[in-house]
Amino acid sequence: MYRIVRKKELGPNLVELEVEAPLVAVKAQPGQFVIVRLHEKGERIPLTLADWDAQRGTITLVAQMLGKTTYQLGLEYGEGDCLQDVVGPLGNPSEIELYGTVVVVGGGVGIAPIYPIARALREAGNTVIGVVGARTKALLFWLDRMEQICHELHVTTDDGSHGRKGVVTEPLRAILAARKVARVWAIGPAIMMKFATQTAQEFAVPIIVSLNTIMVDGTGMCGGCRVEVQGQARFACVDGPEFDGTQVHWDLLLARLGAYKEEERCALEQYLAVKEGRR
Amino acid sequence: MIRPTQVPMREQEPWARIRNFEEVPFGYEPEEAVAEAERCLQCKKAPCIPGCPVQIDIPKFIREIREGDFRAAIRTIKEMNNLPAICGRVCPQETQCQAVCTLGKKHEPVAIGRLERFVADWEYEHGVELPPVGQPTGFRVAVVGSGPAGLTCAADLRRLGHAVTMFEALHEPGGVLMYGIPEFRLPKRIVLAEIENLLRMGVELRLNVVVGRTLTVDELFALGYHAVFVGSGAGLPKFLGIPGENLIGVYSANEFLTRTNLMRAYLFPEYDTPIKVGKTVAVVGGGNVAMDAARTALRLGAEKVMVLYRRTEAEMPARREEIHHAKEEGVEFHFLVNPLRFLDSGGRVSAVECIRMELGEPDESGRRRPVPLPGSNFVLPVETVIVAIGNDPHPLIPRTTPGLAVTKHGTLVADAEGRTTREGVFAGGDIVTGAATVISAMGAGKRAAQAIHEYLLSRYRQKAATFLKRR
Repeated sequence: MYRIVRKKELGPNLVELEVEAPLVAVKAQPGQFVIVRLHEKGERIPLTLADWDAQRGTITLVAQMLGKTTYQLGLEYGEGDCLQDVVGPLGNPSEIELYGTVVVVGGGVGIAPIYPIARALREAGNTVIGVVGARTKALLFWLDRMEQICHELHVTTDDGSHGRKGVVTEPLRAILAARKVARVWAIGPAIMMKFATQTAQEFAVPIIVSLNTIMVDGTGMCGGCRVEVQGQARFACVDGPEFDGTQVHWDLLLARLGAYKEEERCALEQYLAVKEGRR
Repeated sequence: MIRPTQVPMREQEPWARIRNFEEVPFGYEPEEAVAEAERCLQCKKAPCIPGCPVQIDIPKFIREIREGDFRAAIRTIKEMNNLPAICGRVCPQETQCQAVCTLGKKHEPVAIGRLERFVADWEYEHGVELPPVGQPTGFRVAVVGSGPAGLTCAADLRRLGHAVTMFEALHEPGGVLMYGIPEFRLPKRIVLAEIENLLRMGVELRLNVVVGRTLTVDELFALGYHAVFVGSGAGLPKFLGIPGENLIGVYSANEFLTRTNLMRAYLFPEYDTPIKVGKTVAVVGGGNVAMDAARTALRLGAEKVMVLYRRTEAEMPARREEIHHAKEEGVEFHFLVNPLRFLDSGGRVSAVECIRMELGEPDESGRRRPVPLPGSNFVLPVETVIVAIGNDPHPLIPRTTPGLAVTKHGTLVADAEGRTTREGVFAGGDIVTGAATVISAMGAGKRAAQAIHEYLLSRYRQKAATFLKRR
């Protein structure tokens, strides 16, 4: 069992969890993910590692409450509670090298997994420019952490409640237009990564994205996470989760993310109705 | 006078069983088992024994059934086979022990599998005897994977007195027995009971450890294991590589079966994992996994399930019994048909375009190669497709283990006893052979356990001697 040692609400429907998982904490590298199962009847969901502490034997996860599983995690699981299963670290680590100047873009809950990548890039000697954004101020988090790591940090909100009003691609475009950037990392909602990719492509700058597909086992066994990259079927869990953004078939990815939309809605509604009834 | 035909095994009626996930056959009653056992000729040179991948003394256990000594019969089986309740259900006896049965020359062969199943189930009802565990040797062995190969290897090593830890990547042990083979063919309580017995023998089980990621083989040695057995299974599902294969509604059989069996998606929303099955389902492939997928689709509510196979029924690798069950349940078989592409409607698969095939010259597998008939294209409307054309070996362990050679197919290089190219590392099951049967994986696990035992005693002769002296 994997005990939650710390839980923090980062914003509305946004939780940060520090979980005991010593074997994962020792091995974790930026860009990797874990598969989590809450309880005996739970589904297996992938969550990208936001941080880890080998000494404490813990990993940090950030989850946005979207479907039944993440709602249940947010509403019912607190400090001292245990997650039934945590397995990892899975997927290939980010390719961290000295590139020169790099831009890391984190959108929404994607700010969490971009943070350890930014940190590793900084440690490798890169000049790290951060761009983070969310719909509104309340959904922004870890700005202090990102400020510490990045040489420069740009913040956007869709509604202008914090930082610049607009979306992350706007500062990204301005940065790419103004200076020579060796590489971009973008993590966030698929639609944001798609547009970040288009922006990077305009300037012919390589862009790496992290694909958070639907997964079951997360170890390559089921193929449910397949995406089309460079015209080839690839498994996000074992061939990724990071890919060259310019080679990703975005529309297919977006469609596949919605494969169980109806079931997800039904499960969430039923769950919330039961919760409501109990209250 | 010998009864020419096998004592039939009662089973759920097809119309009833396609609405549930309960086991199809009910198994023999004691009188039925004794009657079937009486058909055995008790051959002196019993051909069935070498016909069995783990060489069970078949005439002996059948004789014991005939004498009504079911306890003795299960003991005889368990001398060679730790998992008889599983093998009695999923072994392809008709191509192994029963294929060479002397009685089979004139009549139906003895129903060895049904008898094995009978005594294994009898033991569950009347109390399981654990095999004796050997005196502790001081050696520790890591077993990677808790499927048929790993379970067998772990049990045999434990019997020899070694300390054994099984590492499993998933959240439940059992490998393909849990995620792959459906409940109606192999009830999960049987698998879990077998694993429980292993734990009672003192085998340690660590779930959620992906060897190659969470821990490497080298790290297992660094943790103090003296040998490692790799039984990590078949790995990555193969796809056809045709247009439209990534549309929503196209599943690999692994995903379809894992969602249903391991994640219990058939109980959604009580269980959180969903699965989606349309009214019309096409299953591509002709093996046991294809049969499992087709029959599972029916139970999940499909109205029409078609198996598309590019050769004829004679070439199908699936067990006859599985094909028979699938037909009884109303699965349609379309032979000499190959999918060319999947068509979509709003991002979901809506049809499969196929071409008719004919059989040409034999290929390297000895089966006649299917060749397409130009211009014979046709379109079948479908809402769900399940691709069941096999698996490629998982590259994770070879890639993260220096010194471990792989074949051109990506399987681990290992000799008949499971010795790999790396000292102290043994392997068996699908990771060595490619997709095969439960019993062949068990046979490999068994031989590897013996080889590991011999390796430990010779490699660490001094350590073994001092340890034994100290005792």
